[in-house]
Amino acid sequence: MAKHDTPLLDELEKGPWPSFVTDIKRQAEKNPDCWDILGQVELSYKDKITHWKHGGIVGVFGYGGGIVGRYSDVPAQFPGVEHFHTVRVNQPASKYYSTENLRALMALWDKHGSGMTNMHGSTGDIILLGCRTEALEPFFYDLTHEMGQDLGGSGSNLRTPANCLGQSRCEWACYDTEEACHHLTMHYQDEIHRPAFPYKFKFKFSGCANDCVAALARSDFAVIGTWRDNIRIDQAAVKEYIAGNIASNGGAHSGKDWGAFDIQKEVINLCPTECMWMEGDELKIDDSECTRCMHCINVMPRALRPGAEQGASICMGAKAPILDGAQFATLIIPFIKVSADNEFENVIEIIENVWDWWMEVGKNRERVGETMQRVGLPTFIKVMGLDPIPQHVKEPRSNPYVFWDEEEVEGGFERDVDEFRARHAA
Amino acid sequence: MGYDPANPMADRITDIGPPHYSKFHPPVVAKNKGKWLWHEITQPGVLVHKAESGDECWTVRVGAARLISTELIYEMCDIADAHCDGFLRFTTRNNVEFMVDDKAKVQPLLDDLASRGNKFPVGGTGAGVTNIVHTQGWVHCHTPATDASGVVKAVMDELFDYFTSMKLPAQVRIALACCLNMCGAVHASDIAILGVHRKPPMIDHSRITGVCELPLAISACPLGAVKPAKATVDGKEIKTVKVNNERCMFCGNCYTMCPAMPLADPDGDGIAILVGGKVSNARSAPKFSKLVIPFLPNTPPRWPETVAAVKNILETYAGDAKKYERIGEWAERIGWEKFFEKCNIPFTIKSVDDYRLAYDTWRTTTQFKYTNAIK
Ligand code: HEM
Ligand code: HEM
Ligand code: HEM
Ligand code: SF4
Ligand code: SF4
Ligand code: SF4
Ligand code: SF4
Repeated sequence: MAKHDTPLLDELEKGPWPSFVTDIKRQAEKNPDCWDILGQVELSYKDKITHWKHGGIVGVFGYGGGIVGRYSDVPAQFPGVEHFHTVRVNQPASKYYSTENLRALMALWDKHGSGMTNMHGSTGDIILLGCRTEALEPFFYDLTHEMGQDLGGSGSNLRTPANCLGQSRCEWACYDTEEACHHLTMHYQDEIHRPAFPYKFKFKFSGCANDCVAALARSDFAVIGTWRDNIRIDQAAVKEYIAGNIASNGGAHSGKDWGAFDIQKEVINLCPTECMWMEGDELKIDDSECTRCMHCINVMPRALRPGAEQGASICMGAKAPILDGAQFATLIIPFIKVSADNEFENVIEIIENVWDWWMEVGKNRERVGETMQRVGLPTFIKVMGLDPIPQHVKEPRSNPYVFWDEEEVEGGFERDVDEFRARHAA
Repeated sequence: MGYDPANPMADRITDIGPPHYSKFHPPVVAKNKGKWLWHEITQPGVLVHKAESGDECWTVRVGAARLISTELIYEMCDIADAHCDGFLRFTTRNNVEFMVDDKAKVQPLLDDLASRGNKFPVGGTGAGVTNIVHTQGWVHCHTPATDASGVVKAVMDELFDYFTSMKLPAQVRIALACCLNMCGAVHASDIAILGVHRKPPMIDHSRITGVCELPLAISACPLGAVKPAKATVDGKEIKTVKVNNERCMFCGNCYTMCPAMPLADPDGDGIAILVGGKVSNARSAPKFSKLVIPFLPNTPPRWPETVAAVKNILETYAGDAKKYERIGEWAERIGWEKFFEKCNIPFTIKSVDDYRLAYDTWRTTTQFKYTNAIK
């Protein structure tokens, strides 16, 4: 039986898209606390304002991250959501599950929590939504003992790393995103659970420039697959595409009649670097001009493949707008091998280089991208021990306000004004 | 045995991380990892990946709300047990993927999904609208300016046909964040729905000393609008802060640092629409979303103004853009002045940037197009 009337929310049970309201009602049959979720949200729909209090620090012993505290501001009306903390559980790389694991985890959540979840948070964690304070430790105990699973990150620490599914099911991945993500997650357990940073720090791993986990837009440290040699072309398949025997773009446009496939219009003319052309019925690419944007490969997946000498670009400093405006990550390392053979040691070296510096100079609540902005890219490049290269910028500066170090200028900065005046009267 | 509150540190296990992903790969994935050759979308929501070995992995993608129950997840497990050797996965955009290793197993899976009402809509692939990534909203966050799940449900109901088909010029990524923190990465989506506040924070002088570090609250403001001040509470003078309303752009960051500075308001809060962002590097570089509608009111439960605005932009784009062109690429090709005209969106002073580095967005050429904006 419904515990609260929810006329406004009931409107959201209509329509073809799956309804979270219907779903919460179904859960409420099993866990009556869920009626209070509906009750409080209905009140928000009436008042047009949230009914959650600000913050409240809770967690499990020894961890500084993994739980986000949350309390209702109307607990007398809705005792079931009086404490409603978020538990972030570290998701397996690529978010594959066995039903055995998933059922056991859900059973644990039914035992200790509300039974509602966000599968998943935008960072990637399994977000379990709504737990009383006194249930946190028992939940954590069972999670680690029964499931062999751990919490993710929250607060000013390394956030739970995330990856695109990569080589597990995508032909374009230029390195093993799953293994990189898993390995670094394990390597940095301490940084995930015990905040030591000025602010949050996110790793994301995408296998190619399509960037399915939005690494470039959303991570402080983005590893994006790319290659160094030539796009591999299967000329026989190119002919099949031209003949219309294989659907372009993997069939992604089949819902509308766009006319016959036109390789000139759809591939060659849309190549941003204009480095492709036909010679007779052979497709040619001047690979030295290609920026590996992925467009041609996306359109003709059976004919074109990334080159064989594969690795990744590393970009740093992306963030959402708070505080100083949004930033995409800046290309710092154009190409690096990313391999489990050396346990990602070259990537780890770069990470630690950034952290050592950022933990020293970063201000409280300053994302690394903001620190980079504040000190400037030239300083950051020096900090990273890199040589500046044209790939670091879109274009060179247009203002002439160059900082020269005293050592760089003949004779230094110290001069004698009397001696100057002797030659140039005031 | 279990947790013992009297002895909380007994047998503690920490820092074991997530389970190894390889335990959860469906057999066909485990066998062919790194050896995939190509893929194809055979119908909306159904993908086939072909491996060098000749094996095929067929994936059926279904939409789901992001806020889901354990009951629904058990049901997903039932489906995976019946059809997929007990494996499934979730996508970054909160879709669920069921994988089988044989074409013959696809139709029975689709039939099963269809038999369960509207719980598991198949789609979200190719040149269509896939699931909306979103944040918590009134269901779980303390700073939202709007709800998340409800707005998304209302928008997806209206765009459902674009989820189950692939008739757009390119994929369209929609995202929602319920405040300017933008947990949902709306800053780089084709269409972004963003909760915004429009009233400066109030100051709860009676609580501020107890719950806030004043210097943190002051330094939290990116515009320096928060200043130290004094106030009298119960006859006693206390240290507090004041807000210079003219400088405040309602970001809510001070509230994040200081619970005694709430700014949410039933009339002040609502939704802004941003357009033209993208993350992928394909063809053009990644782009930020641009603000085209500064404010729409919060109108629960179905937010008709927001739904209409999103649909209008999507359909104008669908009718005008070239094959492969993302919304931002289309807007740049035709020019943003034409975007406003074609979408019949009034241009307001709010779309002219006055924040830092704004100058980069001003027009410094005499090249422009005549539209109805020039009288
Ligand atoms: C054929 C070359 C140029 C001519 C004929 C020229 C002429 C002028 C004139 C007449 C003004 C005064 C405008 C006014 O008072 O409103 C001016 C201002 C100025 N010019 Fe040039 N200029 C030339 C090249 C340059 C170059 C190469 C630079 C710098 C790279 C430059 C920098 C400036 C600056 C900074 C001002 C002041 C602008 C301001 O007040 O905002 N000019 N120029
Ligand atoms: C840190 C660098 C610079 C500073 C602080 C600076 C400052 C000034 C100042 C104070 C004026 C006088 C403005 C006035 O009369 O109201 C001026 C004028 C001018 N500056 Fe600079 N300047 C700088 C760099 C340059 C450079 C690099 C150029 C050209 C390459 C330039 C070109 C001019 C010109 C052409 C004028 C005269 C504009 C006019 O006739 O009104 N300035 N600058
Ligand atoms: C307690 C309430 C909060 C919850 C439940 C919450 C939850 C989340 C979640 C699930 C994400 C997704 C992570 C991602 O997209 O990568 C996220 C991201 C984010 N959160 Fe929060 N968050 C909360 C409070 C805050 C606060 C107080 C701030 C800042 C003052 C903040 C700033 C951000 C930002 C900037 C991102 C996106 C960062 C990026 O991707 O660049 N959040 N949050
Ligand atoms: S980012 Fe590239 S490799 Fe990864 S899933 Fe997307 S297309 Fe595939
Ligand atoms: S990957 Fe992009 S830049 Fe390179 S050839 Fe293909 S379309 Fe051109
Ligand atoms: S976007 Fe803002 S309101 Fe929404 S979940 Fe994130 S912090 Fe909370
Ligand atoms: S809401 Fe933002 S701009 Fe306004 S006072 Fe607070 S921190 Fe400053």
